[in-house]
Amino acid sequence: MKAIIHIGLKPGVLDPQGRTIARSLSHLGFKSVMAARQGKTIELDLEDGDKSAAETHVKDMCEKLLANTVIEDYRFEIVD
Amino acid sequence: MKTAVIVFPASNCDRDAKVALEKISGRDCLMVWHGETTLPPVDFVVVPGGFSYGDYLRSGAIAARSPIMRDVIKKANDGLPVAGFCNGFQVLTESGLLPGALMRNKGLRFVCRPQTLTITNSDSMYTKAYKDKKEITMPIAHFDGNYYADEETLGMLKKNNQIIFKYKDNPNGSVNDIAGISNAAGNVLGMMPHPERAIDNIHGGTDGLNLFKSVLEAIR
Repeated sequence: MKAIIHIGLKPGVLDPQGRTIARSLSHLGFKSVMAARQGKTIELDLEDGDKSAAETHVKDMCEKLLANTVIEDYRFEIVD
Repeated sequence: MKTAVIVFPASNCDRDAKVALEKISGRDCLMVWHGETTLPPVDFVVVPGGFSYGDYLRSGAIAARSPIMRDVIKKANDGLPVAGFCNGFQVLTESGLLPGALMRNKGLRFVCRPQTLTITNSDSMYTKAYKDKKEITMPIAHFDGNYYADEETLGMLKKNNQIIFKYKDNPNGSVNDIAGISNAAGNVLGMMPHPERAIDNIHGGTDGLNLFKSVLEAIR
C-alpha cells in the first residue's frame, strides 16, 4: 500500500517559483499558461492494512511533519 | 550567565554563537548535540544558523522535531530565554515557539550582505542595551528568509510589540519588512540576521554585541 501526498503553498501565499515557471513556459511559447503553482510529492510505502486507518495516520503525519500548515495545504491518496 | 548552543547536523554558525556568548558572559558555552534529550541547566540558549539536515523537507523542519527540541520547547514555554538566528529562526517557527513561517526569498536568490535593520522594539530583553540607537547593521545570508504570517497573526504581533527588528530596503520579500520577532512573553527571539557574526570589528562591525549584552543584563 502506498500513500501519495501532494503538498503545495496555500492559495494566496505568494509562490515566486511558480511565477517563474509560468514566465518561463510563456517564453517557450506556451501562451495558454496563465499561472503556475509548484509543490512537492511525497510517496510513502505503507504496511498493508486497513485503508481508513492508513488515512488517519497519513493525515497525522502531514499535520505533524510533512506540511507546514501555516503556509501549505496538502492532499493525499492511499493506493494499493 | 550560563549559555548553551544547540548543534544539529549541518549547523554552521554554532561556533560563531559560542564565541559571541563566551565573549559576553566570560564563561564556557556548552554545545548541546541535537540527539540529547535534556538541556543542561543554563540561562540562555541559542539555536544557531546553518543548514540543519540539509534543509530537507523545509528549512528547519527536521531539526524542530529532534529530541533536544522537546526540552527546549518545554523550557522556553516556562520562560527560558531562547534565540534563533537564521536557520535557528526557521527551527523556532517550525517548532511552534514562534508564529508564522519563513519561505523562499521573493527574488529567488540567496542573499548575503550587510543589512541595515531598524529596531522596532527597544524595550525587549534582546534590545535594551541598544538604548537610543535605532539603526544597526548585521550580516544576512539566507535563501529562505521571506517571513510570512496571516493578517490575524500580524495584528497580534503588532499589538504585543513582538516585531523586534525590521529591514530597511527589504532583501527577501518579508511581510511588513519583518526581520525578527519574539513570542508573546518576549523570552523567545527569532531573526534572520546574524548578530553572532557582528561582534568583532575585523568582521565588519560590532552591532551584534548589544543583543547579547541585553540578555546578560536582563537575566542578572
